[in-house]
Amino acid sequence: MSIEVSNLTHIYSPGQPEEQIALDGISFTVEDGSFVGIIGHTGSGKSTLVQHLNGILRPTRGKIYVDGEDITQKNVSLTDIRKKVGLVFQYPEYQLFEETVAKDVAFGPKNLGLPEQQIDMRVRNAIELVGLDYEEIKDVSPFELSGGQKRRVAIAGVIAMQPGVLILDEPTAGLDPKSHDDILKMIDEMRASQQMTTILVSHNMDDVAKMADKVLVIDEGRLAMEGTPQEVFSKGEDLTALGLDLPAVTHILMKLKENGIDAGTDTFDVKEAAAAIAAALEGGAEAESSAGQEE
Amino acid sequence: MIRDITIGQYYQRESPIHRLDPRTKIIMTIVYIVAVFLVKSFAGFGFVTLCLAAVIALSRVPLSFILRGLKPIFLIILFTFFLNIFMYGGTVLLKIGPLTITDEGLRTAVFMAIRLILLIIGSSMLTLTTRPIQLTDGIESLLSPLKRVGVPSHELAMMMTIALRFIPTLLEETDKIMKAQQARGADFESGSIFRRAKNMIPILVPLFVSAFRIAQDMALAMEARCYHGGEGRTRMNKIKFGAGDAVMGLLMIGFIAVVVLERVYL
Ligand SMILES: Nc1ncnc2c1ncn2[C@@H]1O[C@H](COP(=O)(O)OP(=O)(O)OP(=O)(O)O)[C@@H](O)[C@H]1O
Ligand SMILES: [Mg+2]
Repeated sequence: MSIEVSNLTHIYSPGQPEEQIALDGISFTVEDGSFVGIIGHTGSGKSTLVQHLNGILRPTRGKIYVDGEDITQKNVSLTDIRKKVGLVFQYPEYQLFEETVAKDVAFGPKNLGLPEQQIDMRVRNAIELVGLDYEEIKDVSPFELSGGQKRRVAIAGVIAMQPGVLILDEPTAGLDPKSHDDILKMIDEMRASQQMTTILVSHNMDDVAKMADKVLVIDEGRLAMEGTPQEVFSKGEDLTALGLDLPAVTHILMKLKENGIDAGTDTFDVKEAAAAIAAALEGGAEAESSAGQEE
Repeated sequence: MIRDITIGQYYQRESPIHRLDPRTKIIMTIVYIVAVFLVKSFAGFGFVTLCLAAVIALSRVPLSFILRGLKPIFLIILFTFFLNIFMYGGTVLLKIGPLTITDEGLRTAVFMAIRLILLIIGSSMLTLTTRPIQLTDGIESLLSPLKRVGVPSHELAMMMTIALRFIPTLLEETDKIMKAQQARGADFESGSIFRRAKNMIPILVPLFVSAFRIAQDMALAMEARCYHGGEGRTRMNKIKFGAGDAVMGLLMIGFIAVVVLERVYL
């Protein structure tokens, strides 16, 4: 499922003293089946942006097409949009409310008006997709789970609606490194098995670099940069100026390049980078030694 | 949206009203509330409204901002208006089926509506122009004579401030939770009243959980900074009774005198 955003502007409390232009003329497209990463400084408007994509917020100006359909029109069914586009909020564990995990996950599918049987199946699938044991956890109260488990249950609650586009707003914020990796792996696997178009909002450049096909950089409500991870992260200085980092691997490769060891800067994978650096060092050493012999 | 509710909010401005001693403002508010209940003629309401308008003008808080806080309460005002209008005997003005509107009913309804509006605007002026911290200090200072009979004035004042302080936070939290449940297909806008009440559960449960979490964090943060109640506590900004307060006090006496005279003679 594709999304097209055209000239999107959002103003909070228009006409009031605390009026705030949160988004300012943003346009981009998300291709069907692609993985888009959105990065930007705190308060740059990332959450505001993604809340438009399933009709939670209405734009002040601009258009949004999901699967070719304009969702900013008055007469579109919000249920239909939410069937197509699933949004996992920042800190989604705060939205859990049911007595049991299974009931909580079933809340979304129920609201879609699905038959009982299908709901049960979706709940089971969703809970297993997020890497939890259905039988073990289905009757547990969500409030008794650990933070990482709560996060997974909350994500399952959105996945159970089987959206064509899954948007995750900082799904790993506040988690320990292990849960962080688990959640990302889960997102990657889910995307592969469900062929979902995925949008990931993140502060972690490494994650975005590794996973995304396309990166959007938001700064003060404007689209500051757009391109493949290679394109975006090759502009280190511009990113730093926007208060953003480089992925750790890119950072090292850049530093090496500055100091005369050119191992390229295209990869974000530690192993690949190590191999490239080794090759560059050997190449450099050979060149030096051959130069030495000539003398 | 839900965030537009402005009860209990502080509006930063540099004005003579903002500079007043919080105790003066608290007493002013009490006197004003009494006055609103004493007044019984349109002329009297006119006078009270005029005085309120003067205070608002002096405070330099934009009227639009104050009125915005009224919006959510508008329904309640409308409701009491219609309840009152049909509830009184007297000369019949209009008959619609079993319902009769009398001159007495109309008069009471209009008075009640004006009273409510004046009350809400007037009392919100207190919080709009006084920082919560100052408000606590003021309440505490006013209640402190009661300490001798065992009233925990500091704790009471602190509780009130915290409650006020949390209104916007909880509204923000509600907004967030509502959006998250809407993303899961929840519908809060349609259906019968019972359905709607039932639809509130997905908001209320997480809201309570959040409220307890926030309260716990807050208590912890306060204790971590050695808060232990009012005993032996000193202040960074002492509240002071100044010349402006004296002037305001005199004006207040004049104000209440006029209102009492209106009550007796009009
Ligand atoms: N409900 C709201 N009402 C008014 N202003 C808001 C609201 N939500 C966000 N804002 C403002 O809009 C701007 C963008 O906020 P947003 O939450 O989209 O940023 P963000 O990029 O998601 O930040 P973070 O990385 O901290 O999550 C901020 O300046 C914020 O203060
Ligand atoms: Mg955000």
